[in-house]
Amino acid sequence: MTAPALIALEGISKRFVKPLDLAAKIAQKLGSSVREEVVHAVDQVFLEVAEGEVVGLVGESGCGKSTLGRIVAGILEPSDGRMTYRGDDVTALEPTEAKAVALKIQMIFQDPFASLNPRMRVRDIVGEAPLVHGIVERGEIEDYLDDVLRRCGLDPNFKRRYPHQFSGGQRQRIGIARALAVKPEFIVCDEAVAALDVSIQAQVLNLFMRLREDLNLTYLFISHDLGVVEHISDRIYIMYLGRVVETAPTEELFDAPNHPYTQALLREVPRLDVRHSIFKPVSGEIPSPLDPPSGCHFHPRCPHATERCRREIPALKEIASGRFSACHLNDET
Amino acid sequence: MTRGPVTLRVDGLRTHFLTKVGVVKAVDDVSFQVGRGEVLGLVGESGSGKSVTGFSVLGLVDPPGRIVGGRILFWGHDLVALPEAEWRDLRGSKIAMIFQDPMMTLNPVLRIDTQMIEAVLAHDKVGRETARQRARDALGQVGISSPDERLRAYPHQFSGGMRQRVAIAIALLNRPDLIIADEPTTALDVTIQAQILYEVQKLCRETGTALIWITHDLSVVAGLADRICVMYAGRIVEEGGIDAVLDTPLHPYTKGLIGSVPSRNRRGVPLSQIPGMTPSLLNLPEGCAFRERCPRADEACHAMPEMTVPSVDRQVRCFHPHDEAIG
Amino acid sequence: MSQSTQEPSVGTADRKDSPSRRFAADFCESRLAVGGLLVFLAILLVAVFAPQISPQDPYDLVALDILDSREPPGTQSVSGHLTFWLGTDAQGRDMLSAIFYGLRTSLLVGAMSGFIALCLGTCIGLMAGYFAGRVDTVIMRIVDLQLSFPSILVALMVLAVLGQGVDKIILALVIVQWAYYARTVRASVLAERQLEYVEAAQCMGLSRWRIAFRHLLPNCLPPLIVVGTVQVAHAIAVEATLSFLGLGLPPTEPSLGLLIANGFDYIMSGRYWISIFPGIALLITIASINLVGDQLRDVLNPRLQR
Repeated sequence: MTAPALIALEGISKRFVKPLDLAAKIAQKLGSSVREEVVHAVDQVFLEVAEGEVVGLVGESGCGKSTLGRIVAGILEPSDGRMTYRGDDVTALEPTEAKAVALKIQMIFQDPFASLNPRMRVRDIVGEAPLVHGIVERGEIEDYLDDVLRRCGLDPNFKRRYPHQFSGGQRQRIGIARALAVKPEFIVCDEAVAALDVSIQAQVLNLFMRLREDLNLTYLFISHDLGVVEHISDRIYIMYLGRVVETAPTEELFDAPNHPYTQALLREVPRLDVRHSIFKPVSGEIPSPLDPPSGCHFHPRCPHATERCRREIPALKEIASGRFSACHLNDET
Repeated sequence: MTRGPVTLRVDGLRTHFLTKVGVVKAVDDVSFQVGRGEVLGLVGESGSGKSVTGFSVLGLVDPPGRIVGGRILFWGHDLVALPEAEWRDLRGSKIAMIFQDPMMTLNPVLRIDTQMIEAVLAHDKVGRETARQRARDALGQVGISSPDERLRAYPHQFSGGMRQRVAIAIALLNRPDLIIADEPTTALDVTIQAQILYEVQKLCRETGTALIWITHDLSVVAGLADRICVMYAGRIVEEGGIDAVLDTPLHPYTKGLIGSVPSRNRRGVPLSQIPGMTPSLLNLPEGCAFRERCPRADEACHAMPEMTVPSVDRQVRCFHPHDEAIG
Repeated sequence: MSQSTQEPSVGTADRKDSPSRRFAADFCESRLAVGGLLVFLAILLVAVFAPQISPQDPYDLVALDILDSREPPGTQSVSGHLTFWLGTDAQGRDMLSAIFYGLRTSLLVGAMSGFIALCLGTCIGLMAGYFAGRVDTVIMRIVDLQLSFPSILVALMVLAVLGQGVDKIILALVIVQWAYYARTVRASVLAERQLEYVEAAQCMGLSRWRIAFRHLLPNCLPPLIVVGTVQVAHAIAVEATLSFLGLGLPPTEPSLGLLIANGFDYIMSGRYWISIFPGIALLITIASINLVGDQLRDVLNPRLQR
């Protein structure tokens, strides 16, 4: 492809460090084995999203997908690596350009109750940022708001209401309206439908698809729900304990998953068609990100683990056109 | 109908909440039964009344809520009129409950063994060593390795999945005849959920415990349950064997719900969706609560539909159910 | 989620009101609190209109007659124009009028110092909570230092340096109180800061000041209101204590504390009214404020939310 990806992450890592307080520092000097606690939430991630694409990001607790989403949205700073927007390093931009780019990347959150300020009216929640950033003139704001709300399936007459007067699905729509109001190009959806009932989830997902067509949006869709991700994404990244373990176009991933973790995940997702029996699942707990296993993070639970898996971190390698997987087993051909 | 002896039979249960703003009919004329070793899936979205049904069976409904009608027959005895002392005997011994948040079961300041031994001794006058042995066995039953170490730990030292397993073990301690599980795996990861579902299914088959699994996730119920009840706005709208209901749903709501699941839709095509929202329980439309969202509704639906039995082992509450042959 | 598992979710069309209207309705559920509020409003009116409703201006030395001094309640004045409903003090002042003026001063000092301390403490607490890091550490250590001294002692120290006067008392009370507000606001901010609407505001590119004052502050108000009411009562009590000790307001503008102090010598000789009536007035004022504050605390407590 000739045009640079809309968003590209190169070697992004994020470490959360809990520093030692004075007492612990003294203990350390006296020879205690107290160490700083470091959580490697995200470890050397390479990710690309082309314009107009929907990329799904899937993983379980501790995989770092939410942290990665927040890094993309600009809420968190990465510890290492860089992020580019249309080929430009976002940290190297001039302040005005950097602000413009930051506005182009927006986020929609999981919890419809906590993501809206309970003491602000809908029209302020949605209308504040466009006014502050000069996207809309004060005289035109009311019409602009009505337009945005209608586009999200909300009645503009409810502008004066407070969030608690809406249902979960409606609140999520308000969150979407808020993101749309600043005219973004790229939206990070962090488990945006996880807290919704199935029937409302369908409505909101359809809204996402419609907006994508109408406004030419690009999405990074973070979710733990494989069914939803399969339906909406063009390409999927699977993460485990801070690392990307596999990525492929959606159909290819679901037809023939390569990485053992992906295989386990796909097999263990409950399906409507599977009746009266549960397959024996992969054993073991998800390790704590505070103390991840050495080498390949998945080796303690992997049915095909070898000695090499314990020692060496597998690199993300291309196994077919457009498909990447981080597993030593692929090397044995 | 249920094969084998019936453990629990709920008949016309009504649980209403008398709040400042009006009467909320959380559970309105709910009837179902569960037999020995059977798994019943109680499925519904938020506001459907499924959790309140579970709480009602255990007598855990607090004011302003009250059971205002119906019968709950446990091995033939009606629980509704039971005095509190007898309820306490039943709870935790013959009927147990598992909650969505395991911290509702586990006391954060007590060790696991203290809590489990206490749960045993509350119902059975045995020695502490015997109680400890039972606790160890129960942990083994739910697939927890090295139970002796785990017994000495505190809840906060466990992950979410492990805590839920301990909560299930506590439920199993006194060999209950019936377990009511209220969304126990909703907050858990896929792989951990799969482990717990596997253990629970094995358990029910081996011990003959009846299980009511309350959830909004149809896919979980598909693999786990033998029978399913679908609830909407406090009423059961459809009931039947799991294959029958999921393959040929009769009620438009069930059909719409199944249709909204992403895996039932083709990629890239908009998901089929049920229009509108669940009505407020304070302001239910008269007659069928689903009629404002139903593609098949007409004037007849202004009256309250009763449960009908269109074929063996299937019930539906609808004036215009889908045809079983076509589905 | 955050709602109790028991109560079924009620639909949305039923809660039409803004948060303020719901809050008012919840507050009025306690008759005791409403009673307290009414009493306090009455006291407030009395204090505001004291010059208009007092039978006598107690600080106009010309109007006083030494022959009226120490008269019991209900006596007629020597001039025959007024009845001393609550008796007179050692200078012949009508106690009722003196109490009205005293309430005025007490409330003025209490309210003003409370308000200034609230503004100051809120800003400081917001900065500490939101900007965190070193700013937070430094501010909180100062707060800890401040709060480890008893309030009376701090006030005494300030007054010893600055001298007497209404403005100096208000300053002393502000210094005594700001730390409570700062700590309360900081705790609220720390809890709210983690919620997703703050992240959303950051995503929108809003400035830190805007997020702190426009987004966070309104959500930190509930505990602040509760602390505010209790602190006003506390300020009035501290001021009364200072005046009783003779370090507070000058005798030309006595507050209730000074009135109590003045009458203290006469209690044992049977002229109880000079001390007791101002004391009762002080008691009723503080009690009514505390009743209102208690109900506010229950109503605004998120754990008891419906």
